[in-house]
Amino acid sequence: MKNNSFDNFAKGIFRENPVFVMMLGMCPTLGVTTSMENGLGMGLATMFVLIMSNLAISLVKNWIPSMVRIPCYIVMIASFVTVINLLMAAYLPELHAKLGIYIPLIVVNCIILGRAEAFASKNDLWQSFLDALGMGIGFTLALTLLGAVREILGAGSILGWNFIGENGYPVLLFIMPPGAFLALAALIMGFNKISGASK
Amino acid sequence: MKPIKSTLFNMIAVLMIIAICSAAAIGYVYKITKAPIDEAKNNNVLSAIKDLVGVFDNNPFEEKTAISGSRVELYPAREDGAIKSVAIKAFNNEGFGGRIELIIGILMDGTITGYKIIEQSETPGLGTKVNEPKFSKQFVGKNAYTNNFDLKKDGGEIDAVTGATISSKAVVNAVKSAVAAYNKFAGATQNEE
Repeated sequence: MKNNSFDNFAKGIFRENPVFVMMLGMCPTLGVTTSMENGLGMGLATMFVLIMSNLAISLVKNWIPSMVRIPCYIVMIASFVTVINLLMAAYLPELHAKLGIYIPLIVVNCIILGRAEAFASKNDLWQSFLDALGMGIGFTLALTLLGAVREILGAGSILGWNFIGENGYPVLLFIMPPGAFLALAALIMGFNKISGASK
Repeated sequence: MKPIKSTLFNMIAVLMIIAICSAAAIGYVYKITKAPIDEAKNNNVLSAIKDLVGVFDNNPFEEKTAISGSRVELYPAREDGAIKSVAIKAFNNEGFGGRIELIIGILMDGTITGYKIIEQSETPGLGTKVNEPKFSKQFVGKNAYTNNFDLKKDGGEIDAVTGATISSKAVVNAVKSAVAAYNKFAGATQNEE
């Protein structure tokens, strides 16, 4: 049983990584990762919502009629996101100003609904928590990595620290939308090579 | 415990309970966060004013005025009773991500001391560069009466941020509306004196 718990936690980080393997949540993945800091912030915010929604849904799963489960999950997730958005605006105004427009987008992140539907609605509280934590870490790692690659190539800086200088010419393409696809494709290629998934 | 059945009554009841709980939770959080959010916003504006117009001994917030016909807000900063400079909150809705709101400081001789963007939703790492010194310092020291604040490609004096022409243009237009308001304001105060 202990082994199973560990597996529920660890699968999200590597074997079932939401970004590199399951290809979920591509909208924030491609949209926000223009810098390492943004990727990290978005990943952590998503992880927080994911843990809250997995816990809540695991808790009430037996009271929700299966025919209306999706609307129920969506309303609950949207409420969590709104609450977090308001709390962040009130008590962490600086971080909120940076991530402001992406926080509401967490509602439509399919990882959250996906984990609610595929895992939390069928498992107990503790396993759902581990699943959300693992998936959240996997998502955060993927976004941070992608953000770092794009920031280094596209802006010539890392975590806001500029190493290329005022007169350098970074590959601007990489912080523009096409660069997101190129960088993500290269990272998935590398990931598949390591995990041996490609045939 | 078995999951409850999907009868019409159950479905309606569960959805309604969830909706009511969510509404109550959000309403409650909204209520307790409203004051801190407003305070954070005001602090943001006030610290921007402080940075831009330097020393003042009045409360520019209380003397907030608006030029009729525009939604630009002016915060006069006084020292020993006389208006030394004015912070102007202006905006433009044509940024790449919508509204850009900024505060610009102008001394009473027309010299611009700089601007601070207080609200924007531009592309991070690209459009947000309009807030960085490389772009914003172009405005510092320019004169509200004599300089042309258009982008260079429109015949003005401002270099757009590479890859973010729309964001740059929105900032330029916001600055221009602030300058227009300043000219009216300066004209009005001179008549007064």
